[in-house]
Amino acid sequence: MTWVKWLAVLPFLAMLVGTAFVNTVEPLVFGLPLVLAWLVIWVVLTAAIMALIFYSDPANDAAQDGDQGASR
Amino acid sequence: MNYAALAIIFLAAALALALGLIARRGQQMTLEQWTVGGRGFGGLLVFLLTAGEIYTTFTFLGGSGWAYGKGAPAYYILVYGSLAYILSYWLLPPIWRYARQERVVSQPHYFARKYDSPMLGVLAAAVGMVALIPYLMLQFKGLGIIVSIASYGAISSRLAIWIGAAVVTTYVMVSGVRGSAWTSTVKDFLILAIAVFLGIYLPFHYYGGYGEMFRAIDAAKPGFLTLRASGEGSVLWFQSTALLAAVGFYMWPHAFGAALTARAERTFRRNAIILPLYQLILLFVFFCGFAAILQIPGLASVDQSLFRLSIATFNPWFVGVIGAAGVLTALVPGSMILIAASTLIANDIWRGLSPETSEDMVARAARGLVPVVALLAVGLALQDSQTIVALLLMGYGFVSQMFPALVGSLMRNNPVTKPGAFAGVIVGVATVAVFSLPKGTFVTLASLLPSGLADINVGFFALIVNVIVTGLVSLATRPAPVATIGRA
Repeated sequence: MTWVKWLAVLPFLAMLVGTAFVNTVEPLVFGLPLVLAWLVIWVVLTAAIMALIFYSDPANDAAQDGDQGASR
Repeated sequence: MNYAALAIIFLAAALALALGLIARRGQQMTLEQWTVGGRGFGGLLVFLLTAGEIYTTFTFLGGSGWAYGKGAPAYYILVYGSLAYILSYWLLPPIWRYARQERVVSQPHYFARKYDSPMLGVLAAAVGMVALIPYLMLQFKGLGIIVSIASYGAISSRLAIWIGAAVVTTYVMVSGVRGSAWTSTVKDFLILAIAVFLGIYLPFHYYGGYGEMFRAIDAAKPGFLTLRASGEGSVLWFQSTALLAAVGFYMWPHAFGAALTARAERTFRRNAIILPLYQLILLFVFFCGFAAILQIPGLASVDQSLFRLSIATFNPWFVGVIGAAGVLTALVPGSMILIAASTLIANDIWRGLSPETSEDMVARAARGLVPVVALLAVGLALQDSQTIVALLLMGYGFVSQMFPALVGSLMRNNPVTKPGAFAGVIVGVATVAVFSLPKGTFVTLASLLPSGLADINVGFFALIVNVIVTGLVSLATRPAPVATIGRA
């Protein structure tokens, strides 16, 4: 978890700063304007990065899982 | 005259109402039950609730409307949700833990406890109210557009707004938040299927594919598909708007409330993986708006583009199904917002000002306020001419001003003092209000800033001012270190 969580900074850099450098229509990627395709790719990568963080985070170990014992 | 579309839409509304009634059975309606579902919702329901309030008329009509009317600036909508989910991974678990421990039922309640200041709770509630009203207005507006167009003009959009508001109000009064969760399930499947279908069908039907569609738009309107060189829609505008909305995302009283419905904090962390993917529905919504650009050019109200194109393309019964999905996307979030707004007034403003008010009276007042708040929003919606996206951006400007105080409250040694939080929020909200007034009423932001910075989002600019004021006042009012020892 130590270094993995810093990956969460990447989507911010890519989608906010990076977008300025790919702000064109051509070349189309998957039929989409380049700038839109860039953002779509990063939305998917965001999910992947969060999955990586989730599974390396000791806070999510089953032992500490609060799902059990909730009042129902 | 064809009533098929309208009939299907009303059937969907009736079904949602029935689901709400069933969901309510066997549940005693205490305030905690009505607002946060007794805090017993599992991962799936919380997922649907949090997903549910994001996919609103704002997404369906507003998202396609901006793609149609503005093009590339609409991309910000795709970005801010993903960034907000990243933040939620670290933001929501500590909030949820504290809320459960202290039996907090709302966001102002949280601030009041954390800062040990009922008045800060009242201020947070007031900010939330101011921000929620445009959000509610836009749901009613969306309902108005759908019902009026689906009636093929038989029902005026003004009357349609009234009908929509009446349905939402009834729905909330009978079912509270459990009804929202149930209908949310139905609505999410419907909206997913409809948006993906339309987003694929329309571009292929009219242009033969995405590449062909975008090339045609680019040829007809050069520069429309990329961020602008300056003004609204510039790169700086895009960055500041996306970041503002990302930090404001969970500052909405109803989004905060939905987070409190969870049974375990792990739920949020898991959702942070799935919810970004859910954002991709927006892509298909954009496709609908883009497809409409060359097919039905020159619409005065851009928010109508998806629905107008649907009418031009499909036969009435399918228009009815699309309309039904649209109605549900307004009904679920609309009901969450109404619950949040009326709870804010009853529980956080009223009880904040006179703490001895009983639980029972607050619960009754909260439900009694539902029609009052709805009427207020209808009144404003009937007069307002802004686009759906512009309305929501204004709300985001206001609600984000709570973010610095929230971040401070999550730190071990909160650097933000009570006066610091007050000063920051008040100055931030005032800044948004001043610059959001119609042009010429007051100074504009552009006249104050160097030209390179003039495109910055007003709410983001206010947030910077807010952080500076919060920091300075907190430094000046910092208590002696001894005073904080012994406090958790």
